[in-house]
Amino acid sequence: MLTASAILTDGLVYAAYLFIVAVGLTLIFGVMKILNVTHGSFYAFGAYGAATAVGIYTNGDWPAALGFLFMLGFAMAIGLVMGIILERGLLRLVYGKDEVVIVLVTYATFLILEDVIGLVWGTASYAAYQPMIAAGNIEIGDLVLSNYDIVLVVLAAVVAALAYWSLKFTRYGRLLTTVIYDRETAAAFGINVTLVYTVTFLIGAALGALGGAVMAPKISVTLGIGVEVIVLAFAVVAIGGMGSIEGALVGALIVGICRAAAVHLVPQIELFVIYGVMALVLVARPYGLFVRAQPRKI
Amino acid sequence: MQSRASLLGGLALLVAAALAAPFLPDWMVSLATIAFANALVVLGLVVLWRVGLVSFGQALYYCIGAYAVALTGRWTGFTDALALVLLGGVGAGIVAASIGFLLARYREIFFAMLSLALSMILYGVLVKTESLGSTDGFSVATPTFFGYAPHGAQLSHWLYWLTLGVDAIAALLVGLYFRSVAGALAAPIRDNEIRVEFLGISVSGIIHTKVIIAGVLGGLGGALAAMSIGHVDPNMAYWTTSGGFVFVTVLAGSGYVAAAFVGSLAFEALRSFAVDVMPQLWQMTLGSVLLLTILFLPEGLGSLVSRLRQRRAVKP
Repeated sequence: MLTASAILTDGLVYAAYLFIVAVGLTLIFGVMKILNVTHGSFYAFGAYGAATAVGIYTNGDWPAALGFLFMLGFAMAIGLVMGIILERGLLRLVYGKDEVVIVLVTYATFLILEDVIGLVWGTASYAAYQPMIAAGNIEIGDLVLSNYDIVLVVLAAVVAALAYWSLKFTRYGRLLTTVIYDRETAAAFGINVTLVYTVTFLIGAALGALGGAVMAPKISVTLGIGVEVIVLAFAVVAIGGMGSIEGALVGALIVGICRAAAVHLVPQIELFVIYGVMALVLVARPYGLFVRAQPRKI
Repeated sequence: MQSRASLLGGLALLVAAALAAPFLPDWMVSLATIAFANALVVLGLVVLWRVGLVSFGQALYYCIGAYAVALTGRWTGFTDALALVLLGGVGAGIVAASIGFLLARYREIFFAMLSLALSMILYGVLVKTESLGSTDGFSVATPTFFGYAPHGAQLSHWLYWLTLGVDAIAALLVGLYFRSVAGALAAPIRDNEIRVEFLGISVSGIIHTKVIIAGVLGGLGGALAAMSIGHVDPNMAYWTTSGGFVFVTVLAGSGYVAAAFVGSLAFEALRSFAVDVMPQLWQMTLGSVLLLTILFLPEGLGSLVSRLRQRRAVKP
């Protein structure tokens, strides 16, 4: 019983973090048809930015709750700045090339940014556990939960709800949906597709950095964290269906709970299980759970 | 005529490269061996790249080839280099043939992602297998050549010659394949697959064949690399290894078989230079070169040759 509830809570927390990272990736793919490897860099920069922010904040004598917001804000600002530089400075030049070629462009950028991290923050690892300590623990029955993890799950739920609401009920969301369905027709109707692209990419970049920021207190912020997270986010997005927000949510839950189950029951297959599930889903539904197969055009 | 000239040119280069070995410093010979072993994997990617497919999981076959050599040596004590290389190629080929049924249904990014997932599965398994050294891997038994057991510099020369020999045969066969009907259909499939199917040709059959070719080449490359490095570890299956191969493929371009070898040699030389001189900027160098290639030389280094030829042809 204890194991079952531990699997569920661990899985939920892990899923929350995966969702925050993957939703940015899937949004960018849905709108721009770009599989953005640089998302791993957004995550890493977010984590480093958060660590720096925590360092600055704990030196002052301010209330702890604000520190969390300061950390998130700082990281997302970094994400926004990187996003605008990348989209306006580089990706703009390669729109219209093969999808696979654009993947390679983002891969190249990812490689460059990996070394930029080393240049800016050095090779030492950073710890930013203060928000986690400040949040404290809560006991429910036999289970000890960190309040920080609960906040993380709530935050993921808020992001999901916000994404859903803004896509369905706001003017910008409607425009976005139109662009997702057919870019050219949308442009013909007078939608400023270039602007939609830029805004989407910025939102995606900020979400990637947010994912890094919320994870920073839970991990040791060190070189190479982006490398791992990018393949995890790919798995989540591929399971759910690329470009689908609901898909990212379901994919994150599946991966989160499967991984937690593996960690608690058979720790040897922890990594195997994630990609095993992904391969299984892709065998059954080549385009993921929430995307319909496209008719082939001549 | 064209093909006979390039055949003779290739043969001359091969002989020159083989004869040069005793006069080169040791580090250069082993660097070239690794480069030419990896070039086989790149050649496999080139085969796929010609139909517009990119595999972000080619390290799967590389790793299978390498582990096939290492495990055979460890379990049976069998060390004949040539047989082991063939074993690596066949082993990877069998795996490619079976997952090819699945992979051949996918295109574009989905192909890349699924192959990535498959290679990560192998990585996940190897990392958690304590008996195979987990993340540290284990070392490969010293290979022998038909009973002859060279040491030191002699050994690296023999491995170098073996790699050159395998490369030459692979290059010849892949060159023949490119000129066959199935090979020539690559560009039409890339442009419009449905029209090719309407001609009565099974596109997924052709792509399956290409997956197998690429798999066998990947296995051969991995086997040669394992013997040359003398050590195998799970990182051989990690996605960044695949990324490196994709990098060389883009750099080389898909126009010429020889480009894979030149590109791989350039890559290894660049790497050993960059790691020596500015280790903290290595990935940045890699990324910048990749970006510049995509932006300004989208057909790869090989296209420089064809551009030169065109210019010469235009002249009266």
